[in-house]
Amino acid sequence: MDMEFSPEDLAFQQEVRDFIAENYPADLREKQDEGEEMSKEDFLVWHKILHKKGWIAPAWPVEYGGTGWTPTQRFIWSEETARADCIRLMPFGLAMVGPVIYTFGTPEQKAHFLPRILSGEDWWCQGYSEPGSGSDLASLRTTAVRDGDDYIVNGQKTWTTLAQHADWGFFLVRTDKDAKQQEGISFLLIDMKSPGITVRPIITLGGEHEVNEVWLEDVRVPVANRVYEENKGWTCAKFLLAHERTGIAGVAASKRGIEKVKAIARTEVDGNKPLLANAFFKRKVAELEVDLAALEFTELRSLAGPNAGRGPGPESSLLKIKGSEIQQRLTELSLEAVGHYGAPYFRGFGEGDNEHPIGPDYAHRAAPTYFNMRKTTIYGGSNEIQRNIIAKMVLGL
Amino acid sequence: MDFTYTETQDMIRDTLARFLSDTYDFDTRQKFINSDSGRDPAIWTALAQELGMLGAPFAEVHGGLGGGALENAIVMEELGKVIGIEPYLPTVVIAGGALKAVGGAQADAIIPEIIAGNVIVAFAYAEPQGRYDLANLRTTAKKDGAGYVLNGHKGVVYAAPWATHLLVTARTGGGTRDREGVSLFLIEANLPGIVRRDYPTVDGSRASEIYFENVAIPGDALLGGEGTGLPLVEQIVDEATVAVCAEATGVMQKLHEGTLEYTQQRKQFGVPIAKFQVLQHRMVDMFMEVEQARSMTIMGVLKLDLPANERMAAVSAAKAKVARGANFVGQNAIQTHGGIGITQELAIGHYFKRATMIESQFGSHDYHMDRYERLVLAD
Repeated sequence: MDMEFSPEDLAFQQEVRDFIAENYPADLREKQDEGEEMSKEDFLVWHKILHKKGWIAPAWPVEYGGTGWTPTQRFIWSEETARADCIRLMPFGLAMVGPVIYTFGTPEQKAHFLPRILSGEDWWCQGYSEPGSGSDLASLRTTAVRDGDDYIVNGQKTWTTLAQHADWGFFLVRTDKDAKQQEGISFLLIDMKSPGITVRPIITLGGEHEVNEVWLEDVRVPVANRVYEENKGWTCAKFLLAHERTGIAGVAASKRGIEKVKAIARTEVDGNKPLLANAFFKRKVAELEVDLAALEFTELRSLAGPNAGRGPGPESSLLKIKGSEIQQRLTELSLEAVGHYGAPYFRGFGEGDNEHPIGPDYAHRAAPTYFNMRKTTIYGGSNEIQRNIIAKMVLGL
Repeated sequence: MDFTYTETQDMIRDTLARFLSDTYDFDTRQKFINSDSGRDPAIWTALAQELGMLGAPFAEVHGGLGGGALENAIVMEELGKVIGIEPYLPTVVIAGGALKAVGGAQADAIIPEIIAGNVIVAFAYAEPQGRYDLANLRTTAKKDGAGYVLNGHKGVVYAAPWATHLLVTARTGGGTRDREGVSLFLIEANLPGIVRRDYPTVDGSRASEIYFENVAIPGDALLGGEGTGLPLVEQIVDEATVAVCAEATGVMQKLHEGTLEYTQQRKQFGVPIAKFQVLQHRMVDMFMEVEQARSMTIMGVLKLDLPANERMAAVSAAKAKVARGANFVGQNAIQTHGGIGITQELAIGHYFKRATMIESQFGSHDYHMDRYERLVLAD
């Protein structure tokens, strides 16, 4: 057992650092530093650079466009992109529906959709939750009824992240009302430009338009766009939920977050010293670092331990719970650090408005981010549900 | 010992609660906080002239109801229950408190105008470098003939866009963090040389950055002694801190009630989610925080008249406890609501935002624990 990088790993790390330094767009960096809301094009510019390089989908099998990296190389990659504060890649295609398609899809589905996910040509969204089906996802009521070579889909989805940009959506729909809840669900790929689809924004507490309601009214979907067997969609859903949870620990991003909090606390003045010299504040930063180390080594054990390669198990719930709690504490500490300047509400730069936001640059997104990140203990299976999973699947209760 | 309210105090609460339930429902509030001015001035006028509410803590000789800090707490708790943005805190509690403390001609002139609803005061005390230290001031007031000339920058001055007057802390002497040399001034808000940048706040109010550029102010704007104003500032901020604890109690009570109600309606796995024991215990913990916030507010009110050190220790204990409670109740109200709690659509998220801002208003949990330790646990 050791935790040293080999000479090859170190060379790879240098290669990654050089690539990011040479290729990361300066104007995107500037927008990120200003804390501006990102447009669809902003999200895609880095995606396209990585696609051109062949590094867009490190987790995918090589035959579908993966990089063939070792787990250590993938770890280095996520560390380095977070360290350089690269914009987050949208997970809906790359981390969610992509793996479902290459695992369960038909040859035609793979040939059509996978290259378009890799290139960024198609933006995907996720049609899972419904107003009455959150934690109890299997109670979903959106229906798909066969009509020749099509399904006709009716219902309402909610919390659909960035659906306003989406070309395609993957949806869980009920195809058998009489079967047991989880046995009557199918997994459909739906063209978001289909007649009968309405996307309505939901504005969240920080003022962001990040999530949406999606209404489906007599939407025709070719049967050819169903992934896996009819009424077996829950298998895809479970696979995907486990997949979604693996990256959710967010270790690398939280490391970067701690550095940002420290930078703020070195700038903010408390009396005649930097805030970071305040014993109470410093202790909270230190506690976060300790907890993050525990999370990191728990994740590394699951990546490189005896069970590595078997795919994420129920222990990934631990990573989700601890990872989300750390992300939230980070935002809480940032808000605390900025003091009075957490209160001004900066609505982004309007057309032709070059007036500087109120207070220091690092302050004006502190409160909205704190509000927004309350979602992390709710989405992807709430932390209550994750604890149920651990109780049942790990502890056998 | 007696923890009951007088008939007048019950009357103040009931009258105000009835008025707010008629005029301050969530949708109406959202409409006016999103309007250009960010408020409905008719509500302030009605609070003054129909309800007489702005006279709650003032002496009858000034036209008030003869109350004090407890009456302020009652009003603030009711405002908290509707996440009210009315400038009662800076105008009545803070400026009113300062005027009551100094008395004399200034009090006789301004207090009746506050009670009548003609005067709105914003409290310009915080500075970008100062955090919660009331003596950390770079704003200066230089003697100039009979008056003063004011220069400096005050940050995040709540209610300033609506204010007719500003209550300003400034240095007439001493270095940036000295206890000596602090003075308190009540000035008109539209004097030449006052520059404002107005903005909305994350909790639904309005505030400003205020820049004083060689602002000439009259000598009688000074409240209390020149250069010896810090004890007065500490006293009125302690009164304000307790008032904010009272507001927090109202906010927290509504967060708790809203969560109880939601969990009894929301069904998952075939039952109301209130049936799950993990959520029941969480809501019990929230309930206990609300009760303790109420207790600490009352303790703070009752100890405001003690000698300064005892008063400050009590107020810090109250604020530290309430800050933690507001954090816990707010976060758990959102968590228990799930996704819908994070949207602008339900009131619950807006209560959470106010609860979050209250946590650090007039000093964070750490600030007040530190002050408490220095006062109570010093060797």
